[in-house]
Amino acid sequence: MRRLLLACGLMLLAIAGARAVQPDEVLPNPALEQRARAISGGLRCLVCQNQSIDDSDAPLARDLRILVRERLVAGDSDSAVIDFVVARYGDFVLLRPPIKAQTALLWAAPFAILLFAFVFLWRRLRSRPAPAAGPVSLSAEEQARLDALVGPDEKKPSG
Amino acid sequence: MIVEIGHYALALALGVSVIQALVPFWGVVRQDRALASVGSSAALISFGLVALSFLALVVSYVRSDFSVANVVANSHSTQPLIYKFTSVWGNHEGSMLLWVLILTLFGALVALSRNSLPPRLRAGALAVQGLVAVAFLAFVLFTSNPFQRFSPAPAEGQDLNPILQDLGLAIHPPLLYIGYVGFSITYAFAVAALIDGRIDAMWARAVRPWTLLAWTFLTLGIAMGSYWAYYELGWGGWWFWDPVENASFMPWIAGTALIHSTVVMEKRDSLKVWTILLAILTFSLSLLGTFIVRSGVLTSVHSFASDPARGVFILLILIFFVGGSLALFAWRAPLLRQGGLFAPISRESALVVNNVFLATACATVFVGTLYPLVLELLTGAKISVGAPFYNATFVPVMVPLLLILPLGQSLAWKRGDLLGAAQRNAAAFGLALLAALALIAFTHGGPVLAPLGIGLGLFLVLSAIFDLGERIAGRASGWRAVLSRAKGLPRSAWGTALAHAGIGLSIIGIAAQAWSTEAIAVLKPGERLTSGRYTVVLESVTPRTGPNFRAEVARFQLFYGDRELEPVEGSKRIYTARGMPTTEAGIRTHGLSQAYVSLGEAQDGGVAVRLYDKPLILLIWIGSVVMAFGGGLSLTDRRFRLAAPRRAAPIAAQAQPAE
Repeated sequence: MRRLLLACGLMLLAIAGARAVQPDEVLPNPALEQRARAISGGLRCLVCQNQSIDDSDAPLARDLRILVRERLVAGDSDSAVIDFVVARYGDFVLLRPPIKAQTALLWAAPFAILLFAFVFLWRRLRSRPAPAAGPVSLSAEEQARLDALVGPDEKKPSG
Repeated sequence: MIVEIGHYALALALGVSVIQALVPFWGVVRQDRALASVGSSAALISFGLVALSFLALVVSYVRSDFSVANVVANSHSTQPLIYKFTSVWGNHEGSMLLWVLILTLFGALVALSRNSLPPRLRAGALAVQGLVAVAFLAFVLFTSNPFQRFSPAPAEGQDLNPILQDLGLAIHPPLLYIGYVGFSITYAFAVAALIDGRIDAMWARAVRPWTLLAWTFLTLGIAMGSYWAYYELGWGGWWFWDPVENASFMPWIAGTALIHSTVVMEKRDSLKVWTILLAILTFSLSLLGTFIVRSGVLTSVHSFASDPARGVFILLILIFFVGGSLALFAWRAPLLRQGGLFAPISRESALVVNNVFLATACATVFVGTLYPLVLELLTGAKISVGAPFYNATFVPVMVPLLLILPLGQSLAWKRGDLLGAAQRNAAAFGLALLAALALIAFTHGGPVLAPLGIGLGLFLVLSAIFDLGERIAGRASGWRAVLSRAKGLPRSAWGTALAHAGIGLSIIGIAAQAWSTEAIAVLKPGERLTSGRYTVVLESVTPRTGPNFRAEVARFQLFYGDRELEPVEGSKRIYTARGMPTTEAGIRTHGLSQAYVSLGEAQDGGVAVRLYDKPLILLIWIGSVVMAFGGGLSLTDRRFRLAAPRRAAPIAAQAQPAE
């Protein structure tokens, strides 16, 4: 059913009938066109659901595609074009959110979670030596080492 | 009349579900087996009633009964019969009814299952399942009633959204829902076990088939949705990382982790607390997905449910079931008996590492999906999180997991031999690396990461095959011995190998898209357009009339190099009832690759044509189907079948074994 939403939204926008990159938009210079495609792939169609203007058939996306090409033809560098679009529409237009205070958590989360999980796992493994038969009890020396590692009173439940 | 019967049956189902939710609990508390077993009958009756209700809606649609508001809004008398039928769930109300139908179906299956469930666990699980059913039946009845009458009845309906008038709608939502509603069963088992306070390998064995079943269908559902988007939306994309896709992808990742952790629990009576938490989280993510899709939280434009009452209702359901179960978990989990310990180098440790990566991957998608919503709520700032974010985060988390997957696959339980496992996979790794390097050399100057991706996929496929080969032919001599060993190998081992090879195939397909090419031009009849290995020549553009649409059909000759293939047709349709256009891409499958032609606007006396060369793209979905097939095969493993007890089965159970 998730497709329905996307589809539905698109339908509302598709009535104007434009499709993603039209032949009349394509720049004669293939190198510039290639750059235009690459830039468009990272810019969000503002009225769509997580679609780039390169994929979108919304009229607004077409306007943006043409704008990007105009800037490129005028001699702007890739980053200048992107800055130009961001200045107009804000960070919302970037499919790759810029790394700044607001998005620090977003970018850090995946790697922080992975790191946290492995540290947790590592400590867990260290605190639980490979099993002998039957319940394991720590020797005094092991207990001391464990306490040094995880701090005292951190007998954890669960498996 | 039929409509009223359907409506009444639904209301009745709500009542029965209340009984299903309350009486078995009471029975368990009172140690009264008769009361505790009420859950089974209630679950069956509840399913029967919802099925009746669903049937009533189907009949209304098939008969084009325009006195029903839902039918008016989503159907048309000229629609082909199949689309009248699928229109039933091509809208908010009907799809929620399908949701509840599948929910109660799973309740009924548990009631019928001959799995040797401890009676207390079965009673508890059915009660929890009943509670979920109560919530969603109430949601349907009070906020999304599909049986609302419309008076005076119009002569004609407003037609189903044309993009949905496709076989994809017949297949995708039911598969997807069986998948993510199916996880309600694992949730119910987890909550019941927490209440009961007893969790052991038996629990894992009871839950595993359900998890596998749900996962298998979810895999197929997501793959089908992806293929549907690919051919229907007309620009050749197959995955967009949009929140609605992520909503179904998160339970899939969590479910994948759950499948692996229940194995550890089943074999080693360990990892219990985590497995229970994962079972709760998986269904919580399903609920979250339902909330994201159904509440209109994303944007008003993109959702059916613009009525905020619905959003708030689902949010309350979400909070109740997620919050309630997590609170229960926090309270009860510390009381669970410790499981077995295990060595760092062993199959079970490898599976724990698998879970760490999968949980992180799932969390990544979760954060990426919800971050913009939360940020906007808190600060008003709007950001987008699109494919480039996931490429930079999700992919680096998944790649190491996939690289070590073959190692884990060939490690032994309890105490494995890392060196031995590495040696067993050396051949597969060497071959895959060689292939990747050859590809880099061959496509000199082309994409660099893609050959490595292909190598990774090959590694997974080869190592799965070699692992199977080793198990079958390792020590056996002579084909007879090999054959008997192949027969003796548990189905779950075949299933595992297939599922892992399936991921490999999908990855090859995904990586190969780095070489897909696109060409755009305005063509007049007789003119040609080349993209990659394919060339089309426009033959003709002719009008055609369908049952409820008019179409302009463009016919192309298709060439692969110089060789002519079957011609291909693309079209643009206008659906008369809504006046909406759609594009039907012309797709010619050629080996595992596809030539994909999509039509744009008519201009300058010609028609805009877009031609794609999509190398090996079918592997993406073939891989998913292989994965699902592996899941299905594991499901038939004899250890799940043999679990059936010898005692006389309940009468209802004789009708159909539910496993």
